[in-house]
Amino acid sequence: MLELMTLPFMQRALIAGLMVAFLASYYGVFVVQRGLGFLGNGLAHAAFGGVALGLLLGREPLLIAVPFTVLVSVAIIWVRHRTSLASDTVIGVFFAVSMAAGIIFLSLKKDYSADAFAYLFGSILAITPTDLWVTGGVVLLALLAQPLWGRWAYATFDRELALSDRVPVIFDEYLLAVLMAVTVVVAVKVVGIVLISAFLVIPAAAARMLSRRFATMTWLSIVFGMASTAGGLWGSFRLDLPSGATIVLLQAAIFLACLATLFTAKILRRRSHH
Amino acid sequence: MHAVHTHNLSLSLGESQALADISCCVKEGEFVAVLGPNGAGKSTFLKILLGLLEPSSGDVTVFDRPPRQVDPQWIGYVPQAKTLDRGFPALSTELVITGLHRTWVRRLRTADRKTALEALAMVGASHLADRPVGALSGGELQRIYLARALVRKPRLILLDEPATGIDTVGETDFYRLLDRYRTEHKATILMVTHDWEVASHHACRVMVLNHRLIGFGEPAEAMCEECLQSAYGDNTGKTIPDLRGGRHA
Repeated sequence: MLELMTLPFMQRALIAGLMVAFLASYYGVFVVQRGLGFLGNGLAHAAFGGVALGLLLGREPLLIAVPFTVLVSVAIIWVRHRTSLASDTVIGVFFAVSMAAGIIFLSLKKDYSADAFAYLFGSILAITPTDLWVTGGVVLLALLAQPLWGRWAYATFDRELALSDRVPVIFDEYLLAVLMAVTVVVAVKVVGIVLISAFLVIPAAAARMLSRRFATMTWLSIVFGMASTAGGLWGSFRLDLPSGATIVLLQAAIFLACLATLFTAKILRRRSHH
Repeated sequence: MHAVHTHNLSLSLGESQALADISCCVKEGEFVAVLGPNGAGKSTFLKILLGLLEPSSGDVTVFDRPPRQVDPQWIGYVPQAKTLDRGFPALSTELVITGLHRTWVRRLRTADRKTALEALAMVGASHLADRPVGALSGGELQRIYLARALVRKPRLILLDEPATGIDTVGETDFYRLLDRYRTEHKATILMVTHDWEVASHHACRVMVLNHRLIGFGEPAEAMCEECLQSAYGDNTGKTIPDLRGGRHA
């Protein structure tokens, strides 16, 4: 691992990967506990629409993808608040529309470029210093918003109780959606659109199985997310495998280990009762 | 000062009229039971008092202020247990302390834990302190919610079917505790319930609702056969309770 770290592209890959893992696993606990697992997919496909528009316009795709994805995330929350439709239904509509728009944008582009594939599947080893600065900015944003963890957690536990205590739940829902949208966009290059939702869901879901407290779940999720990213990057380099997919498989291994721990603990508890 | 005052309060939710022309006045220190069939607008009424819903027309004040301008610390709310997300990782003490801080705490400080334990002891649930909320029975959970409401020493307690799932002995303790708290703190209690016996024995006054206010007064007056039949229809399926033992504060 150490000799790998002497390579500049690997250093950038690791830093970017760890930052994205931190962001996704931090927000992931809210995604998982609010039952919004599909949101990651929806925002990732919105990002695809934005990237495709950027490619069509000949602009930096991620610069177009940020406002595009933020707009979609705000629209999802707005429609959800104003209709009785379930979250998954609303996300499904925007997911499909963004994807369709992306396909149209790409088809309108005369000189077909392989860039779209890089965004679909990620290209962590092609991270530029600019990407690092942008991702670092998003991490800073998450750290600045970190005092809001308590009220987000409260509203996640019971939205109505939080509302009755004058927590600005609706504002927070928009804010969280925007922060997640920005996270998804900066994660596109690292993970790829196809696998982003795994970063949001798997570490948090694994952490949930071992946690009795939400604070513990948050910390564990971050640890699982960052450890699987470091390990997955190293594994992908060693075994010459795609980095994003290797990280996700490692996350899945952690998930299975947590599941096994949970079941073992249950069996042992049952036996001790008998 | 009135704890709750409404004048021609109405609320439309979509096509349906959830509440129509509700005019009532609850004095400070009163225990008011809110009765009515399912879907009568009882929980909706509480949500208006909490400031969660805005009336379509009419006036409502809580301690002489619009509900959204009332200090949330003044109101202790015990929601229906069935609304709880049991998949959320939380310990009973953490839930109780949200009543004090109105946010989720990362780490319970010693002082917070002590306060939470005192509140749990008050509702006879000390043994549940370190139990995950997802593992609690309906009755146990209601005690935790009550501890959460009481920890802030509220002036007004709003309870939405609080005794659901509580056994008979527990129920007696539950209402005894509410009565004691009301007396000691001169607090006002508004409780949505389906239990006519409880309403007649514990409440100072009873409000019978079915979208409109059918009866409001002392138990014997508000729970007259005519009022209950008007609220529940002819097939109430219940015997009108003997109200002679009712408590009138």
